[in-house]
Amino acid sequence: MKRNNFLGALISMPAVLIYSLFVIYPLISAFRFSLTDWDGIGEKKFIGLENYIQIFQSPELVASIKNSLLLIVFFSVFPIFFGLLLANFIVRIRTQRIRSITQVVLFFPQILPLAASGIAWSWMYAKNGLINQFLRAIGLEKIAQPWLAGFSTALPAVGIIGAWVLTGFCAVLLATGISKIDSSLYEAARIDGANWWNEFRNVTIPGLRQEISVLITVTTIAALSSFDIIYVTTLGGPGSSTLVPGISIYRLAFTQSAVGLASAFGILLMVIVLLAIVPIQFYSRRSDQ
Amino acid sequence: MITTLSEKIIGRTLLIIAVIFTVMPILSMFSASLEPADTTPLGLSWPKHPQWSNYKEAISGGHVVELMKSSIFIVLLVVPITLLFATMAGYAIGKMKIRGHSALFFFFLLGLTIPFESLIVPLYYQVDRLHLLNTQFAIVFPLIALFMPFSIFWMRAHFLRIPSEISEAAKVDGASEFQEFRRIHMPLAIPSVSALAVIIFIWTWNQFILGVVLIDDPLKRTVAGALTFFQGQYWISIPLISASALIIITPSLILFLIFQRKFISSLLQGAIKA
Repeated sequence: MKRNNFLGALISMPAVLIYSLFVIYPLISAFRFSLTDWDGIGEKKFIGLENYIQIFQSPELVASIKNSLLLIVFFSVFPIFFGLLLANFIVRIRTQRIRSITQVVLFFPQILPLAASGIAWSWMYAKNGLINQFLRAIGLEKIAQPWLAGFSTALPAVGIIGAWVLTGFCAVLLATGISKIDSSLYEAARIDGANWWNEFRNVTIPGLRQEISVLITVTTIAALSSFDIIYVTTLGGPGSSTLVPGISIYRLAFTQSAVGLASAFGILLMVIVLLAIVPIQFYSRRSDQ
Repeated sequence: MITTLSEKIIGRTLLIIAVIFTVMPILSMFSASLEPADTTPLGLSWPKHPQWSNYKEAISGGHVVELMKSSIFIVLLVVPITLLFATMAGYAIGKMKIRGHSALFFFFLLGLTIPFESLIVPLYYQVDRLHLLNTQFAIVFPLIALFMPFSIFWMRAHFLRIPSEISEAAKVDGASEFQEFRRIHMPLAIPSVSALAVIIFIWTWNQFILGVVLIDDPLKRTVAGALTFFQGQYWISIPLISASALIIITPSLILFLIFQRKFISSLLQGAIKA
């Protein structure tokens, strides 16, 4: 047994080493930096929790947090809602071939780099892009505009990109979940005279609790760390209307040389993610029992 | 499930709308990519004189060959090393249950929810001190490390599912720990490892933020990170940006179409386990 412990420790070593060196160590550094005033080159000056206080006093950084919370609506709520609806119809497709083609198409945004989706959509939203072309075609020329450039339209526009990426993923995952639900539950519901809405509410949704809690977790993390899409579409603009924590951290550290503040924001983002997902995990674990 | 006619009509209509909504951005990009490079195209139009030469221009001007080489280089390092390290640690934690295995597992779990954004600043200075900044290794090491929590989680779950009777039988037959691993656990692990390989491949290939921060030269990043290069190079020409973005997504698209089942089931499993 002793020899086994040694052997086991030995084969765990590479993973422990690289993880300590490139995740745990930087994490500790981030925390250390976050307590200092540092421009990245000169002396680090210890200032305690000042950076954290400064985050909440800066309207721009507060906006960045608010935006990422608003994006949860687009990244989580829409995809899960529409995903449920679509999944419900996907499992009703009788022809196996059509069903699998539908799933493959809906799933495919998931394998694209988010940056590529961002580029595709910046073209959709452009002055001559498809969305405005469509609006002009149906006589709504008045509201045609460059969507990513407007202060009030940019954030929803970016959010829709997230919804586009995640809806199909949610639909396919939920469809797999539905097909695992005991079909006698559906028969019983039909005998009781349930219409599809009743059936959906009383059989499908309860049967998908685990899948739904997984999706809330995954999509919320995606919303809070939406660097890629924003970087290629708006870089946080116009103004700070689409600023999110990832972009703020990047700008603070690498264009404004506020490395301490950027690190503090990084730590704060980590805490926000934990605060968002721990209750979901806790709730879903408890209700499983 | 009995389906009435009205449900069928509503369902079909919704699914068709969803499918159109999903493919539209890509179709629109495709139609734009065939317009003359110096024009501003319309959202979706049938190109009268399709300019396939845009693709030629994007491949040479966009250094696509160089880019693919760089991406493949990074993937070939990250994927096998991640699989190897995670399988070994997962085996020690989930199968051998070495002393302190729960503590070790918890240590790795700590990293599971850290957003990459939170670590880019310290990683930048660390990689700089190691003189790796602007080389591919600047993202290879951090990526392997950042994939460790998920991958170990995944492999541990696999080894926990293997009934312990199997190893006991091997011990009775006098197999050493190594023989047991080599003859019994390696073949059994193939499906889990290959699913993990698909996930790690996609995550590496599509990795963006680490490349943008740690490697100045976009041509040394993975393809996703290189998209900014096209934006910089061709910002004035939508047809050329579209052509290059489409070229960039083609390899993963082809792989996806060939291995669609494996991809979908791996990524779904990945989500559930995470």
